[in-house]
Amino acid sequence: MTALPPPSAKKLGLVIDLDTCVGCHACVTACKGWNDQGYGVPLSDQNAYGSEPSGTFLNRVHSYEVQPDQGPAQVINFPRSCLHCENAPCVTVCPTGASYKRAEDGIVLVNEDACIGCGLCAWACPYGARELDQAAGVMKKCTLCVDRIYNENLPEEDRQPACVRTCPAGARHFGDLGDPDSDVSKLVAERGGYDLMPEMDTKPVNKYLPPRPKGPEQQVDILAPLLDVKTTGFAGWLDRILEKI
Amino acid sequence: MTYQQPKLDTSPKISDEVRKTTCYMCACRCGINVHLKSGKISYIEGNRDHPVNKGVLCAKGSSGIMQVTAPSRLRAPLRRVGPRGSGAFEEISWEEALQTAVSWLKPLRETAPEKLAFFTGRDQSQSFTSFWAQGFGTPNYAAHGGFCSVNMAAGGIYTMGGAFWEFGQPDWDRAKLFILFGVAEDHDSNPIKIGIGKLKARGSRVIGVNPIRTGYNGVADDWYGITPGTDGLLILSLIHELLKAGKIDLDYLARFTNAPCLVDEAEGPGRGLLLRDKDGKLLVIDKKTGKPAPFDKKGVQPDLGATHKGARTVFQHLAERYLSDEYAPEAVAERTGIPAARIKGLAAEIARAAFDEPVVLDQEWTDFRGDTHSQMVGRPVAFHSMRGVSAHSNGFQTCRALHLLQILIGSVETPGGFRFKPPYPKPPEAHPKPHCGFNPGTPLNGPHLGFVHGPDDLALNPDGSPARIDKAFTWENPMSAHGLMHMVIPNAHAGDPYKIDTMLLYMANMSWNSSMNTRAVMEMLTDKDADGDYKIPRIIYSDAYASEMVAYADLILPDTTYLERHDCISLLDRPICEAEAAADAIRWPVIEPDREVRGFQSVLVELGNRLKLPGFVDEEGKAKYRDYADYMVNHERRPGVGPLMGWRGNGDQTGRGAPNPDQLQRYIDNGGFAIAHIPDEAQFFKPWNMAYQDWAVELGLYDKPQPYLFSIYSEPMQRFRLAAEGHGERQPPEHLRERVRTTMDPLPIWYEPFGDSAGADYPVHALTQRPMAMYHSWGSQNAWLRQIHGHNPLYVPTKIWEANGFQDGDWARVTSPSGEITVPVAHMAALNENTIWTWNAIGKRKGAWALDPDAPEATKGFLLNHLIHELLPEKGDGMRWSNSDPITGQAAWFDLRVRIEKAGPPEESQPAFPSIPSPVPSAKRNRP
Amino acid sequence: MHPAPSVIVFTTLSGAGFGLLAFLALGLLPVYGVQAFLIWGLGYGLAVIGLLASTFHLGNPQRAWRAFTQWRTSWLSREGWAAVAALLLLAPVALAAIFGGGLPPFFGLVGAAFCLATVIATSMIYTQLKTVPRWNFWATPALFLAFAATGGAIMTGQALMAAVLCALLAVLMIAAFKLGDQRFGEVGASMGSATGLGSVGKVRVLAQPHTGPNYLMKEMIHVVGRKHAATLRRIAVTLAAILPGLMLLFMPPHPFVLAVIAAIHLMGAFAARWLFFAEAEHVVGLYYGQR
Repeated sequence: MTALPPPSAKKLGLVIDLDTCVGCHACVTACKGWNDQGYGVPLSDQNAYGSEPSGTFLNRVHSYEVQPDQGPAQVINFPRSCLHCENAPCVTVCPTGASYKRAEDGIVLVNEDACIGCGLCAWACPYGARELDQAAGVMKKCTLCVDRIYNENLPEEDRQPACVRTCPAGARHFGDLGDPDSDVSKLVAERGGYDLMPEMDTKPVNKYLPPRPKGPEQQVDILAPLLDVKTTGFAGWLDRILEKI
Repeated sequence: MTYQQPKLDTSPKISDEVRKTTCYMCACRCGINVHLKSGKISYIEGNRDHPVNKGVLCAKGSSGIMQVTAPSRLRAPLRRVGPRGSGAFEEISWEEALQTAVSWLKPLRETAPEKLAFFTGRDQSQSFTSFWAQGFGTPNYAAHGGFCSVNMAAGGIYTMGGAFWEFGQPDWDRAKLFILFGVAEDHDSNPIKIGIGKLKARGSRVIGVNPIRTGYNGVADDWYGITPGTDGLLILSLIHELLKAGKIDLDYLARFTNAPCLVDEAEGPGRGLLLRDKDGKLLVIDKKTGKPAPFDKKGVQPDLGATHKGARTVFQHLAERYLSDEYAPEAVAERTGIPAARIKGLAAEIARAAFDEPVVLDQEWTDFRGDTHSQMVGRPVAFHSMRGVSAHSNGFQTCRALHLLQILIGSVETPGGFRFKPPYPKPPEAHPKPHCGFNPGTPLNGPHLGFVHGPDDLALNPDGSPARIDKAFTWENPMSAHGLMHMVIPNAHAGDPYKIDTMLLYMANMSWNSSMNTRAVMEMLTDKDADGDYKIPRIIYSDAYASEMVAYADLILPDTTYLERHDCISLLDRPICEAEAAADAIRWPVIEPDREVRGFQSVLVELGNRLKLPGFVDEEGKAKYRDYADYMVNHERRPGVGPLMGWRGNGDQTGRGAPNPDQLQRYIDNGGFAIAHIPDEAQFFKPWNMAYQDWAVELGLYDKPQPYLFSIYSEPMQRFRLAAEGHGERQPPEHLRERVRTTMDPLPIWYEPFGDSAGADYPVHALTQRPMAMYHSWGSQNAWLRQIHGHNPLYVPTKIWEANGFQDGDWARVTSPSGEITVPVAHMAALNENTIWTWNAIGKRKGAWALDPDAPEATKGFLLNHLIHELLPEKGDGMRWSNSDPITGQAAWFDLRVRIEKAGPPEESQPAFPSIPSPVPSAKRNRP
Repeated sequence: MHPAPSVIVFTTLSGAGFGLLAFLALGLLPVYGVQAFLIWGLGYGLAVIGLLASTFHLGNPQRAWRAFTQWRTSWLSREGWAAVAALLLLAPVALAAIFGGGLPPFFGLVGAAFCLATVIATSMIYTQLKTVPRWNFWATPALFLAFAATGGAIMTGQALMAAVLCALLAVLMIAAFKLGDQRFGEVGASMGSATGLGSVGKVRVLAQPHTGPNYLMKEMIHVVGRKHAATLRRIAVTLAAILPGLMLLFMPPHPFVLAVIAAIHLMGAFAARWLFFAEAEHVVGLYYGQR
């Protein structure tokens, strides 16, 4: 259904910690693996062993170099997937109602049986979160592993998106961002979590935690010359240091 | 109208069955849950219960399904029918393949077993493959450590009885400052990522010392973009600062290291060795009595400042050396590329974290002198290092220097610092020595590889010539604990030190990314003598995939993929232990192969049976093991101690016990691994902690407690030095005498990497590292991973980028003293200003790995290997010097010096090689 | 954006077709019989070919009927309804013209209104996209309407009106090019805001997430050379508006001449529409450091 539902109290989403993401792409292929066999059609690959391999992925990791005014350039890895926006433009543009936002938890999904593959929702998304599968001709996107997070066939602890479960550095967090007392909401509050491209007015649910400030520690000079070797020579140094035991 | 949405089944069935085994996409060996639907693998995820990965899994592991279905999988044994390198093969039966191999090997064993050279690459069964080679009787066996990491392993074991990676890990849960040295982000990758995640979650500080700021260095809170090959100098300068300020752990040094041992200064064959009592025990001066006492005497309080009959302590020697102005930050700043103020700042950070914020655990423990400590006090500065520091010709001493720094601040095996993983700590004395005694028809006189303690342990023939084809354990590289795989082909080709007949290689892509000087290696493999015979007469190769090496072998024994085989990740080898527990694991066939392939280890068992090798057949010549699975269960290395520690005896014994026929099923039921937790009182101070020593003996890691002192001062090195000074019977050849004398310094030193002798014509350092999402060359055949890394740019720092006027999309010609490549460039600012780098082993030879010949791996991808020679450029002294560490022989990949200039874009990366015909049918275009 | 032939043909031909139908519906070209059959046929032909072309853009055209369900929110759905309504409502008008018979002008008026609605709905498919700043302002519907009207006027031989519309179209095209060039900047999206890292420093791409191509890059990132674009812009304005306008003023409104003028105009329209897509920059390109 193309109209957006009334805002839900529960807003499931991801919090991605850019201070911790080492850019290993684990989330990329864990997502590919799960969704290749999970929700909807497989994520196909074209020219898989040829000159320009190209396939459908629901999650991609960019690497940026950021040059601050002071200090050396920084490298920041940046996972990008659907942000499950509250004001999701990809939903309202859909002519068939295939693209929809779940009323109960805010997850944005594509009902592949109704998708005509016009691509308009991908055009409407500022974040590149949707990729049209070239084999099936239907739009694929992050489902927040809706087939995992409520799945009673999975142990409780595994009811989280595949990308979160696999992330070795623990840079990805899943939870209810509509609940101010949830772990993810607290993390966002503590670390200054932010929205991507706020000027697009999409109100993303997913948040990004900024990298912590980098550079030398503010410090007192702990190596103050308590033990100046020059003035007393090696023997004097040795005497004084051994007194410390 | 109310809002309507489709009804969704949010609890679909996941799979028919989950089979738990061990990943093989790198050296981490994570536990994996393999889901099967209708008998086919549908999904792979990390095993939450597994000690290594605790549920997480990297990009490679999560793409394992593409590895198991890769079109590049070999399908049947192959016999070469065209010239070597032509790629012309015919498929043969296993019986024919085995008969052929036996017909080549049997006569060798009966006449000249040394003419078999058996070298393995990414082998994870070295305790088994070496056992086989020992039974065969050839001295020529090693795995790939010599071109990978021997400096790291040997530097650590000689200094403190353990090293980084599989040997130990930072105390991720307690460290407050974590300092990571070295380029490359591969080894121990998931544990490091998990650890960094823990540090970050606690807000601990992470510092990277690395010319390249990618990956872990990207998330580091501070970054030191050091000049390659100067890590040792930086470390010694940090030591200088810490010593000067007195910020060292004197109590730790006195109790647990050889710092209080006395260096004999009397001229003679014992000069520079440590004083010992008549039982050979190291002597220290007891503070209470002022008299010499054995270091381990109950209640002894070793005196760091003592002198005894003119002999001063190691501590005084080291302090004197490193307090010298030559290690002052100001003196090393230019060479390391790190300003003096930054070096001082780093030293201050280390000092603050170590001494102002100690970690104190209220846990009583008793040391080997019988002293009971009410608490465990730790220095929460954890160091770790990747390959970068070690792949230099000064790498061994650099690794020693790093360990010295760790030890000086008392952060090894203390809470918050660096912790060993069982079976480590294990001092060099507890390891075997190398053996090279071979005779026709008999097994080798002992294990091939090990740790030398002086010239007497070298692998030399009575005439002083090298006993091994790779010249390991010779004066050129006395402490080559892992052998020198990168020298096998050049030496075999040259017939130096002798000719061989058959080369047996496993998982080693020697004609491509696993060799220096790739083109020359291809030529050596195809070179013929005057009679028209190949100079390396026979090559048997086992691999699961159509790698570049396949075309250069005469007989191919196709291996299975990792989900179709048995394996054991054994305590006899490089197990999967964590600092808190001993653990080992198995692989088992979670699916059956759909091709005529067999696990290489099972093939070795079969060959061992047919060759009637000792260890494989009983007195009557009957096979002891059916296959590798049988060996894993029933082999006993020592009575009651076998490849697997779990569920021995009746299934209730761990570590020691009789073979249990149900053992593998018990492993499978437990998720593919076994774990034995270390008691709380034994968790730290393991080398000196009696509770740990007793636990280790009980588990069978060793047979009696073996507490030891850390070797800040290395006596084995001093013994080589004494020889170089003319003492002893075994003497180095004259041309090596001075080098042995200077490089085998018993205290860590820094010297300029040999590669720097390339001079001003080659001002730029060139490095490679593997991306986290690719390991070795395997990733390129993986339909998912090759979309992430399908080709590799050469990253160029801003200074060089601007000086050459490079633009995006440009190409560059890169020239080293031994080669030239023309490759695509990309700009990177977060990079040491004199360093260029690229991802390793993305570049592929056309036709290999079942990729289309126009695959980007072959047209835009490239190897830096073409620029690296196994020998240094000629110096005009009539000798060719090896491009490796003079102590261990580790290939000095990262010594590479080049110059770079803009080049017109070629059609494809240069050098380009002709396409090799694929031994497997070409791939289906799309998937699924 | 990728200038896919299917969408270029769709928007250009259906725009011209509905423009023509609107003019016919308003009775501005009083023709009957065979002449009516031909000209109404042309209108229907252009509109239907255009609509059919749009289905080539679909991954699953067999489900295209579903596109009629979401008229309450979706411009694409509305366009479908408007187009079908226009074509159905005008059928009696066309039949009356071909076979004779009088229908009150009201029928034509309503049909023309739906033609107009169709063109507006088509334009709004693009105009609504905040992600493509070059499309996301008033010029897009204005241009689409101007193209439809100009095409309709030319093909119905309304020489003077067509000439005036050509002048208006030229002004609108130039305005859309110039104003469109500034749109991306006005929206304010940057690599800094896309990644949120702008507060740390200047952001550039170090490594793309994939070395191969992907759907996003093929679909959303199309880089046109600046010189190439400038030339094409001149060609588009000349062929679509200036040349037809001059020909209309200075050549007799003979059907053959009109056909030539219409053909030239359509060529210009195709060029303009190619540029409309090719020059449109999607904000997702910011993640790839490309626009």
